[in-house]
Amino acid sequence: MMPSFTSGLLRDWPRSYPFALVIALLALVPVGVLIGLATDEAQLFDAHNLKVLTNTLLLMVFTVIGSVVIGVPLALITAYVQLPWRRLWLVILAAPLAIPSYIGAFTLYAAFGRGGELENLLGLPLPAVDGLAGATLVMTLYSYPFVMLTTRASLLSLDASLVNAARTLGMTLAASLWRVVLPRVATGIAAGALLVALYTLSDFGTPAIMRLDTFTRVIFVEYNAFGLSQAAMLSLQLLVIVGLVLFLESRVRGSHEKPGRHLLLWPGLGQRLLVAVAVAPVILLAIVLPLLVFGIWLVREGTGGFQFSYAWNSAHASFLAAIFAVILAIPVAHAAIAGRFGKLLERVTYFGFGVPGIVMGTALVYLGLQLPFLYQTLGLLVLAYVLRFLPLAVGSVRSTAEGLDPSLVKAARVLGAGPREAFQRITLPLTLRGMVAGAALVFLEAMRELPATLMLGPTGFETLATYLWRVYEAGYFGRAAIPGLLLVLMSALGLALMLSGERRAEFDVTENHHS
Amino acid sequence: MLKVSNLSVNYGAAPVVQQLNFALAEDEILMLVGPTGCGKTTILQALAGLIPITEGEIQFDTWRSTPSNIVPPEKRRVGMVFQDFALFPHLTVEQNVCFRLTETRLADHWLNLLGLDHLRHARPGRLSGGQKQRVALARTLAHEPSFILLDEPLSNLDAALKDSLRWEIREALKSAGVPAIWVTHDQEEALSVGDRVGILNGGELEQLDTPEKCFAEPASKFVAQFLGEASFLPGYLEKDQVSTVLGPAPGISIDAANGDVDLLLRPDDLSLTPLGTGNGVIDWVRYEGCSRLYAVSTDAGAQLKVRVSHEVRAEPGDRVQLAITTTHPLAAFSQSA
Repeated sequence: MMPSFTSGLLRDWPRSYPFALVIALLALVPVGVLIGLATDEAQLFDAHNLKVLTNTLLLMVFTVIGSVVIGVPLALITAYVQLPWRRLWLVILAAPLAIPSYIGAFTLYAAFGRGGELENLLGLPLPAVDGLAGATLVMTLYSYPFVMLTTRASLLSLDASLVNAARTLGMTLAASLWRVVLPRVATGIAAGALLVALYTLSDFGTPAIMRLDTFTRVIFVEYNAFGLSQAAMLSLQLLVIVGLVLFLESRVRGSHEKPGRHLLLWPGLGQRLLVAVAVAPVILLAIVLPLLVFGIWLVREGTGGFQFSYAWNSAHASFLAAIFAVILAIPVAHAAIAGRFGKLLERVTYFGFGVPGIVMGTALVYLGLQLPFLYQTLGLLVLAYVLRFLPLAVGSVRSTAEGLDPSLVKAARVLGAGPREAFQRITLPLTLRGMVAGAALVFLEAMRELPATLMLGPTGFETLATYLWRVYEAGYFGRAAIPGLLLVLMSALGLALMLSGERRAEFDVTENHHS
Repeated sequence: MLKVSNLSVNYGAAPVVQQLNFALAEDEILMLVGPTGCGKTTILQALAGLIPITEGEIQFDTWRSTPSNIVPPEKRRVGMVFQDFALFPHLTVEQNVCFRLTETRLADHWLNLLGLDHLRHARPGRLSGGQKQRVALARTLAHEPSFILLDEPLSNLDAALKDSLRWEIREALKSAGVPAIWVTHDQEEALSVGDRVGILNGGELEQLDTPEKCFAEPASKFVAQFLGEASFLPGYLEKDQVSTVLGPAPGISIDAANGDVDLLLRPDDLSLTPLGTGNGVIDWVRYEGCSRLYAVSTDAGAQLKVRVSHEVRAEPGDRVQLAITTTHPLAAFSQSA
């Protein structure tokens, strides 16, 4: 069998390659722009720069440590321990990933400290959450699910017989988890930790709200001070660190063990309570507190100042981004399946996902200044969304297309259908699901995107995320209730979508076993 | 009539099929058989137009495909039954069978004949392997192809089902009156179902003839061994008679062999009698239910396999008397081959 014949029947050079090449080149535009911009009279490095670098790296390292400390035990619990409502626990514990961290930063900032909402509520003076410690807390709360999910996936692929063997040889459960299980999931933990590092590096909202001078915050300050060249230089420095993390990530490809029946643990009542007590603070801080704070504000201030057009603008721009991302994803996904060069092109488009939103914003603002027909247009904002979130669409489209049995198209052809008919009646209906899922993921990500939206939105174009930001800047915290709750709702939808995708994948696997 | 001349197919630089020539008679079932990697599936894909050919031509009444002018699959009036069935998962059984039909008379006929009426509205995901294969066959036949290609249609099914479905498919093909090329790696299937059998080795056709002829007078030792248990006994061929240590036997020269030859002996060409004196010693024995298969070393050194009734009992190490019982001429190969 030759898989390359499935896409372009009887063709040596897949038809999707030229399109994919153009899209890959488009994905590289932001970096090109930044390099051009930074060579323009920007200061390479100074003392303040060193402080920014230190802050960024410290935040990254502390967040990674925190995420591993929280994520790995939760992975063990959700993978192995037979608790009532297991699936619900998993969903709740994974939920912080779907909530934009700036929501958490905003509400924690407003809840703690002198005169914070919690002091008003409880009458207790509580320490303020800000600076490096605050940013670390928030980033950890909203990124530990990366570690939890990757580690859990590795844990589920391990065969329980090794732990059982260790225990029959006289080792305690805790010791066998530590010495037999954890070493074998090290790559899973590392993969999650690197995702946390990437997420932390590119996050803008949290350090900005916590007033910690990291690259993303300083880039935004420079941008507002019309120091576009300096912003570009800082962006490039940040990209170098991102590149290093991405490089490390590409090296972490775990050796997959042959999956077996995984371990199951049946805790007693006391142990269950212990688990609940250990898990409670995470859920309280990451999910309950933001909802509580928004709830208080909603009651206190009502819907004042909120206009429906903010939600409409968010949805409108995100919808356009979703459509264009899927249209561009189709040739890229096709090329990735067709051959090695196509796979390389796909990797290039993945680059955008590593580019922090603030960096993408900087590059495209400059591009807009050079190309006046783009400046301050919705098109430029949509372009930023598409470049950043294209990989989500590509991944979705590609995985359904890969699952398509090549002999189905062949069968249609020998039954007398031409290439166009075979595409319309077989390929399209069978891959449509992936396109819709990809579009939905892009839509939800774009709805939540903050920094690029702040920088690229046309004048007067307020979205849920930018309105939340302006409310924070202006100190009218109470007005954040409606946009905040809507964004949390969006996040919940996103989570439901991801989980339903997971369940569908399981379904597909069983289907294939039968055929 | 489908006619293949000098057909070669390469994957990159590697030749997979070389210089293939054959013609398919009206309503004939041609079996193509060979070990894994001999190019069977490649030939079918080339005939269907699913892969390009490197050399030669494929000709049919209404079209002619060459390396420079490849006729697309939908223009060939070809039917194909795939190894993995290739049923469209998003369509029901009925929609699969009627895929490109404007009127459903023929679809109804085949659904009915193949016992699929009650499954019309089921999705392929819910069918068993045998049901899927019947749907795939119904779909192919309902589209009235001029010839049908079957790519190991039974390889994904369990043994019990294989046996009955084999005859069901043959009956359906014969009643439709369509010629077919059926690829398999199962020699028993090839010999029992086909009108003619083609044995492939390394991308080349070693022999193409009736099953009887291929089995009794194989064109090479490879064909002899591929189609069934084969032992070779040295002998001397002269005027259609071979003299061997087991006595004389009728022989037929295969590759212009003469003088010293290797005589092909199938396990049922021999008789075995437990006898203290005897002319051989039993190496091992396999009980097969109705029969026993013995491996016997003759005193002259050759090991022969003999299949006899289960009532004939002997143990490894026993001495036995072997004799050639067959009356049809045995294939004699030159010893160098």
